[in-house]
Amino acid sequence: MKADRHTEGMGIIVKTVARWLKGFILLYGIYLVLYGHITPGGGFAGGVVISCAFILLTLAGGENHGLRFFPKTASSTLDSMGLLLFLAIAWLGTWWLGGAFFKNVISTPEQAYFTLFSGGTIPLSNIGLGLKVASSLFLVFTVLAAFRLAMDAADKDEDEP
Amino acid sequence: MIYSLSLLLILVGLYGVIVSRNTLKIVISLVIMEHGVHLLLILVGYRAGGQPPIVDPETAMAVFAGQAVDPLPQALVLTSIVIGLGVLALLVALCVRLYERYGTFDVTEIRRLRG
Amino acid sequence: MTMIILFIALPLTMAVVIQVLAHQRPVLSDWLTNATLLTLAIISFYSVGRYGLYHIGGWTTPIGIDLRLDPLSSLLLIVINVVSLAAGLYSVEYMRSYTSKTHFYGLFLLLVTGMNGVVLAGDLFNLYVFLEIAAIASYALVAFGCAHEELEASFKYAVLGTVSSTFILIGITFVYAVTGTLNMAQIAARISDIGMTPPLVLAFGLFICGFSLKAALVPFHAWLPDAHPSAPAPVSAMLSGVLIKAIGIYVLARLIFNVFGVGQGELAVLRWLGVISMVAGALLAAGQTDIKRLFAYSSISQVGYIALGLGLGTPLGLVGALYHLANHAVFKSLLFLNAGAVEQATGTRDLDKLGGLNRTLPVTGATSLIGSMSIAGIPPFNGFWSKLIIILAAVEAGFMGFATVAVAISIVTLVYQLKVQRHAFFAAPKDLLTTWRQEPRLMSLAMVVLAFGCIALSFLVVTGLRTPFLINAAQETLMRGVFGL
Repeated sequence: MKADRHTEGMGIIVKTVARWLKGFILLYGIYLVLYGHITPGGGFAGGVVISCAFILLTLAGGENHGLRFFPKTASSTLDSMGLLLFLAIAWLGTWWLGGAFFKNVISTPEQAYFTLFSGGTIPLSNIGLGLKVASSLFLVFTVLAAFRLAMDAADKDEDEP
Repeated sequence: MIYSLSLLLILVGLYGVIVSRNTLKIVISLVIMEHGVHLLLILVGYRAGGQPPIVDPETAMAVFAGQAVDPLPQALVLTSIVIGLGVLALLVALCVRLYERYGTFDVTEIRRLRG
Repeated sequence: MTMIILFIALPLTMAVVIQVLAHQRPVLSDWLTNATLLTLAIISFYSVGRYGLYHIGGWTTPIGIDLRLDPLSSLLLIVINVVSLAAGLYSVEYMRSYTSKTHFYGLFLLLVTGMNGVVLAGDLFNLYVFLEIAAIASYALVAFGCAHEELEASFKYAVLGTVSSTFILIGITFVYAVTGTLNMAQIAARISDIGMTPPLVLAFGLFICGFSLKAALVPFHAWLPDAHPSAPAPVSAMLSGVLIKAIGIYVLARLIFNVFGVGQGELAVLRWLGVISMVAGALLAAGQTDIKRLFAYSSISQVGYIALGLGLGTPLGLVGALYHLANHAVFKSLLFLNAGAVEQATGTRDLDKLGGLNRTLPVTGATSLIGSMSIAGIPPFNGFWSKLIIILAAVEAGFMGFATVAVAISIVTLVYQLKVQRHAFFAAPKDLLTTWRQEPRLMSLAMVVLAFGCIALSFLVVTGLRTPFLINAAQETLMRGVFGL
């Protein structure tokens, strides 16, 4: 039986609701990442929530549904790019005058505490981390789901005479 | 009292690791054990009647330092949760691959290496 | 002193850069990895006289994370990075028969990052984080070939390793609860004020359980005889040569001597663990027919020697233990690389089926002879000197029984090493399918480098070079007592 876009995964209600919700979940995840230096959250928690948006799509519509929005090559590249951004910011600290690894080199004057653009390099590191965690978790989930689907297909081929 | 409950959780997880025959149940017991340790670690930083360690624009730093619970164990627990997630992903992938090779999730049958 | 951070930042960055750059061109990953490892090895020699603290992020000590380079860290850094360089050179050709070399190099560099970080860490939690980085990389590397035994061994190793890491974290919790800080220097100051209260004794017990499993001391050794043979040969060399020492023995030495303060009970535990590992490892090794499994049990035995030397607590014992640590790293990785060459040339690791490999694999045979004579303790090779120093230290400290056991186990070691040499290399050639006329060039180079390391180390103790490398590490670091006093 060929896997069809309309018959694969769960029912039409689940797929529609997942399609509507993914925007809100993504927005919440991005909020957690960006405001990580003011409220609880930060790169890791925000990244997990962002990946949940795409994992919800995979759960609702099958493996291809999730991969259509976030292909494997894109998530692989974003994975490495997120970590490279994080490490680039860390290395940047060593060449500043009298700096050390991870030194906060873009800190702002005191009046700007508690706003979005305070905290120097911390929001940038959070963005890098968020990208990395989101793509990693989505990749792990997709690959493990692909295993299960491959094993199910192999079992089904064995059962049918 | 609550410290002993988190220690009990650690022991329950350890019991699960030792006794379980299904590889996935071993992995779940490991996760329970790690949860117990995280609870214990956060409880160490507790202060009776304390506030969350999030700075407000209005509160002075000295007052805040006297009121807030200790944020350092919370940072340690966040790091440890991430490490636990990495190990969990690896272990689950190993379980799936083991099923592919040996055809079973039963640990007592996955015993080619001995001596 | 800014170079201290390079030990951690450089392999970490290159692990990611290699993934991005080298997916289409695998030969680039070979060059980049080995260039990184060579740079690290050179910097580790350069860092010998230049000790100090490095504050990450510019934050000062109680608030920030410190990296501390002192003589003991420097010795371990040299050992780790030189053995990693040899294993990296070897894996250029060895890993051709596996898939996805870029992923292998990424995991390998992460392993090196983790070990360098453990050795340099100045506070307990950073130690734990880098320990986990190295451990997770090693679980993945053991399972790299995805054959039956590799997956089973990796699962067992991962479960036991996670349990031990959880014990270590509980220990860190208790230490934090009692002392209120995570910086090792400050913990040492607090413990010397308040003494070993019951929570600290519990924490110490948990640390012993956790780190002894990482160091594969008996009775916490059950994962090692499965994990080390099943891994690809360069990974076995790294695991057996440096990992069990960098994250096991080194941390135990740091905690006992520099943080908790030397006490007779703690040293006695280490001595007894050492002796039991020595005996059990050697006796179990003597009955094996699989070469790599034999070498794995032999590792347990030799780590027992190191633990015995550390547990003596005298300066001579510490010098012997650290010298044996460096020696074992070099000759055990050499032996594992030899076993890998034998396995790739003939397709089998079983001693009953091998024979006469001196003719077909000359470089492997010669270097394996040097390695076997070193580990068996035949003068004038390095193993003889380090075992002699440990035995003399045991006699000097009054432990005649332990010294006798050490001598007896040294004879057992000689017996099983001669067994390997005789069956695999010197016997009459059997009908084996060898497709190589000679070993590939880089594999030979790696084995020759390690053999030269063995010979160079055997001169270390008689020349003046012993002071900066060994005696400073033992005297200034460990014998000096807790940090800050």
